[in-house]
Amino acid sequence: MKKRPDFLAHAVLLLGVLLFMFPIWVAFAGATQSAAAINRGAISLVPEFRKLGVFVQALSFSNANAPVWHMLLVSFFMALAIAIGKIVISALSAFAIAFFRFPLRMVAFWLIFITLMLPIVVRIVPTYAVMSDLHLIDTFPGLTLPLIASATATLLFRQIFIAVPDELVEAAKLDGAGPMRFFWDVLLPVSRANIAALFVIEFVYGWNQYLWPLLVTTKGGLNTIVIGIVQMITGDQLIPWNLVMATTILALLPPILVVLAMQRWFVAGLTEADK
Amino acid sequence: MATLELQGLAKSFGNTKVLHGLDVKLDDGEMLVIVGGSGCGKSTLLRLVAGLESPTAGRILLDGKDITHVDPSKRDVAMVFQNYALYPHMSVFENMAYGLKLKGMPKAEIAKRVEEAADTLSLSALLGRKPGQLSGGQRQRVAMGRAIVREPKLFLFDEPLSNLDAKLRVQVRADIRKLQKRLNVTSLYVTHDQVEAMTLADRLAVMEQGVAAQIATPLEVFARPADQFVAGFIGDPSMNFCKAVLCAGGHGAKLAAGPEVALPGEASWGPEGMAVMLGIRPQHVVIEPGTGPLGFAVALEEPLGSEALLHGTLPDGEAFRIRVPYPAPQATALTISLPAAHLHLFDAQTGKRLEIA
Ligand SMILES: Nc1ncnc2c1ncn2[C@@H]1O[C@H](COP(=O)(O)OP(=O)(O)O)[C@@H](O)[C@H]1O
Ligand SMILES: [Mg+2]
Repeated sequence: MKKRPDFLAHAVLLLGVLLFMFPIWVAFAGATQSAAAINRGAISLVPEFRKLGVFVQALSFSNANAPVWHMLLVSFFMALAIAIGKIVISALSAFAIAFFRFPLRMVAFWLIFITLMLPIVVRIVPTYAVMSDLHLIDTFPGLTLPLIASATATLLFRQIFIAVPDELVEAAKLDGAGPMRFFWDVLLPVSRANIAALFVIEFVYGWNQYLWPLLVTTKGGLNTIVIGIVQMITGDQLIPWNLVMATTILALLPPILVVLAMQRWFVAGLTEADK
Repeated sequence: MATLELQGLAKSFGNTKVLHGLDVKLDDGEMLVIVGGSGCGKSTLLRLVAGLESPTAGRILLDGKDITHVDPSKRDVAMVFQNYALYPHMSVFENMAYGLKLKGMPKAEIAKRVEEAADTLSLSALLGRKPGQLSGGQRQRVAMGRAIVREPKLFLFDEPLSNLDAKLRVQVRADIRKLQKRLNVTSLYVTHDQVEAMTLADRLAVMEQGVAAQIATPLEVFARPADQFVAGFIGDPSMNFCKAVLCAGGHGAKLAAGPEVALPGEASWGPEGMAVMLGIRPQHVVIEPGTGPLGFAVALEEPLGSEALLHGTLPDGEAFRIRVPYPAPQATALTISLPAAHLHLFDAQTGKRLEIA
C-alpha cells in the first residue's frame, strides 16, 4: 500500500530513540571523564576513549558494602531465580487451572487473580514477618521467594494453555501421555515462545527490584547492584561520579543481553509455531 | 483382526441427550461410516469409543472384551482427528513415533514401523519436517501415519477429509479406502458428506439427532431408505417428496397436486384415505411432453455438463426437482409422470418407510 517511506513516523520514532538514549549516553560519556570535572558540572558529551578502562576498574569498585562485580552477580542470580521460579510455579498452577476439574477450582483461580490487586508494597510488612519467622532474613531464599509467586504470569499461562486445541490434548491422551508427560512433552514446547517472552519480562522485573532486597538484606554480601548504586550516591564523602556512571552502564548490560538472547528465541518460536 | 460391538451406547451432557442408545456390531475388517448433519452426535460417538468421554449408559466391546472403562491409551484404538492434532513442535517422525515411544518400544522397532508407514504414505522424504512446513494433504497423511504405526485393532476417523480441497479429497478418500482394505483394520469413519459415506462404507449408519435412523449397505440405504430423513439425506440431488393419500383400495395414491398415480406391486399399501408421503428421486422422473399427468413449472435450470437439474414446483406449490440429460427441454411448463417402480412410500405421520407385506 505504502510506496514511499513514512517520513513523519520515522522522525517521531527517531526522536523517541534519542530521548531514551540521551541519559544513557550521558552516563557512558561521563564514565570516561574525571570525577572532579563532573562534580564541577562540566560534563562533556564526547567520551574520552582513552579512558574506557574505567569499566573494568568499576567492577572492583567498592564504595558500598561489596564490590560491584559481586553485587552484579547477586542481582543476576536473584533475577534468574525470580524469573525461573515464577515461570515454573505459574506454569504449573495455570496447568492445574486450565486442564483439571477439581473442587474449588474457580475459587483458586479468583484468589490468584485477586492478589494481582495487591502490589508488593502493600503486603510487605506481613511478608517480612513471615520471612523473619522462617529465619530467612539475610538469606538468598528470603531475597527471592516472596517475589516468585506471580498472578500475572499465572493468568498469562492460563490464557496460553486454554488456547491449545482440545484435539491436541486428546491426541496425547490416545498416545498414552499422562498429565505430566503432556505438560512436559507438549504443553511447554508449544508455549516456548511465550515462555521466552515471559522470561525476559520477569528477569528485568527481578533485576530492578529495590524495596524488598533493601528490607530483607542487612549484610553487604547480599546487596544487589540497584541497592549498591543508591548507596554509592548517598554517602557524604566526595562521590566518584565517573565510577558510579560506569557502574550504571554495567548494571544495564545483563538485562540487555537477556533481551537480545531471548529475542532470537521467541521470534523463532513465533514463526514456526502453528496452532 | 477385531470386531467392535456397541450395546445401547448413550451419552448425555447434563440434561441434553446427545446419543440415545446405539446398537451396532462391526465385523472384522469392516468399515462402518457414520453419516449425519453437524451436531447430531457423530464426534461424540467416536470419542466414546476412543475413551475420551465416558458413556452415560451402554457398553463397548472390542473383540468381545468390555473396554467401556479402559484407559484410552490401552484400548488399542487409533484416531485420526479432523484438524489432525499433530504436535506442532515435533518432526513428522517424532509425531508418528511419540505414542510408540511412550509405550516403551525399542528404538529400532519404532524406526522400522515409522519408516514402513512413511513409505506406505509417501512421507519418507518429509520425516524431518515440522507440521508447519507441510501442506494440508501431507499433514493429513501424517495423521494417518500416526494411527497406522500403532497397529491398532480399530481405526477411528473424525471427518479426516473436511479440511482438504475438493480434488484432493477425492484422491485421499480412495487412498484411505485402499489402505484400510489392505491393512484390514476394523474402522469407524465419521463424516457429514454423503458422497464420502457412500464410497467408503461397507455399511452406512445414517444418524439423526443421536439416533441411528438406518444401518445398512450404501446401496440398500439408497434403494430402500428406512425413513423420510434418510431418503432426503442420501442421494444428490436429494429425493422429491409429495403429499398424497391412498386411494383405489390402497393400490394408488392421490397427490395433493392433483392426479392419481399407480403404486408398485400387487398388494394394497394400506387403508384408503391414509396420509402418505410419496418420494421419487429427481433422476427417475419422466418427462412426457403433452401427455404426462402431472404439471411442473420450471423456475430454474442448472446445467451440470452432461445433465441438467430443473428446479420448479408442482401445481399445488410443492418444490420439485428433475434431473434430465443435457440439453434440457426449453419450456417453462412441462408435464411429467412418476413411474411406479421408482416410488418410495413413507407414512406421513411417522416418516417411516412403508412396505407391502
Ligand atoms: N463436552 C460437551 N458438553 C456439552 N455438550 C456437548 C459436548 N460435546 C458435544 N456436545 C453437544 O453434543 C452435540 C453433538 O456434538 P458432536 O458429537 O460434536 O456433533 P457432530 O460431530 O455430529 O457434529 C452438539 O449439540 C454439541 O453441542
Ligand atoms: Mg464432529
